[in-house]
Amino acid sequence: MTHILIAVLIVIIIGITAGLVLSAASVIFAVPVDKKAVQIQELLPGANCGACGFSGCSGYAAALSKGEAKLGLCSVGGQAVVDSIAPILGTEGTEVTPKTAYVRCSGNNESTSKIAQYQGIRSCAAAKQLHGGMGKCTYGCIGFGDCAAVCEYDAISIQNGLAVVNSDKCRACGSCVKVCPQGIIDVQSKKTHAVVKCSNCDKGAYTKKICKAGCIGCMKCMKVCEHGAIKIENNLSRIDYDKCQGCMKCVEVCPQHIIQPFN
Amino acid sequence: MSITQLVGIFLAAILTENYVLCKFFGICPFLGVSKKLDTALGMSGAVTFVMVLSTAATWPVYTYILVPNQLEYLQTLVFILIIAGLVQLVEIILKKYMPSLYNALGIYLPLITTNCAVLGVTMLVLDKGAENPEFGYIASLVNAFGAGIGFLVAMVMFAGVRERLEAADIPESLKGLPITLVSASLVACSFLGFNGIVDRLLS
Repeated sequence: MTHILIAVLIVIIIGITAGLVLSAASVIFAVPVDKKAVQIQELLPGANCGACGFSGCSGYAAALSKGEAKLGLCSVGGQAVVDSIAPILGTEGTEVTPKTAYVRCSGNNESTSKIAQYQGIRSCAAAKQLHGGMGKCTYGCIGFGDCAAVCEYDAISIQNGLAVVNSDKCRACGSCVKVCPQGIIDVQSKKTHAVVKCSNCDKGAYTKKICKAGCIGCMKCMKVCEHGAIKIENNLSRIDYDKCQGCMKCVEVCPQHIIQPFN
Repeated sequence: MSITQLVGIFLAAILTENYVLCKFFGICPFLGVSKKLDTALGMSGAVTFVMVLSTAATWPVYTYILVPNQLEYLQTLVFILIIAGLVQLVEIILKKYMPSLYNALGIYLPLITTNCAVLGVTMLVLDKGAENPEFGYIASLVNAFGAGIGFLVAMVMFAGVRERLEAADIPESLKGLPITLVSASLVACSFLGFNGIVDRLLS
């Protein structure tokens, strides 16, 4: 009987000692928690996409609570998150212009075609490594949907061989921008008026051969623009969104119909 | 115990008595965390640390508390209690004073709490001590450290093997865990080649 008692006692004593030491340690070595940061992190969407430029939501929350970061960097959360965090920080909420991603390519299966049959891994990144993809245009959308696979909000779909962003669903986290091996996805403010939906830098005559919806660098848009917002660089039209006033004349004049109204 | 003997114990723990590849302890983290080299290193570092620390704590408890009271049979229970408490304590202290190391070890620390390799080391050094009275506290600590380094060697080697497997053309039916287990057994077989090497090396 005493044997059992001693055994029980010893285990109890060891257990209690360990418990006491641990609870004492948790008090002595307590790390002060930034309560504000915890609160803010709960309000952030928790997508951990890094669109704000910080290492995940916790990093942004910590920077916000220290006053090192600006409000409104979270494009996923948008206005609602800014409004809910502003009272915690005791500052005025800022106006957030919602953003959305778009694909700078209009080359679907009807406009352009393939140069070779590809039977490898069904991924844009893999196809790109093989002579820059199997499309005639080496700049355009490959169409295996690496972007659609990475999108957490189901905003991208492959329609007729071309990635298309649903701007209502897009939260502008930028995951697709990072994953696209062609680098043709871009995130812009929804207030942008017109965008060039082509990325081809080949010469106009060649572009015309390989894709019906490619920028041929004809400069019609540049000439028609009264605000000096359009330039042709490397046979490709580029719009300076800061200068663009939204007159939409370039949209009307573009012979390839690749300058399109945003949204 | 002489230095030569301690070196012998250390090398034996790494090569001939490798806890993962020869005694088959800690197979779970061995298969689970060996996918990438950096996580394998992090996990092994934490395991080595906890092995030495828990041996340092359980040896005196066993020798000076359990043995005099004829309670050797409580070994497993008491050791798990001590190891769990110790890992928690280490976690709390690391969080306070070395947040960078805490973040690096991260999830591995709690994972180790119930790792059988750690419990195995603390218990097997006691068996060795029972066979050979010379095998005291210092020798036990050296053995525990060697066991940890052996764990590291096994993990790093296997992480390398698995990185090769990624690129290999594996039959459909063997893909994933089956081929991992097969290659683990081959690595373990190769470790049998070290049998006796340490004794000859130091004699």
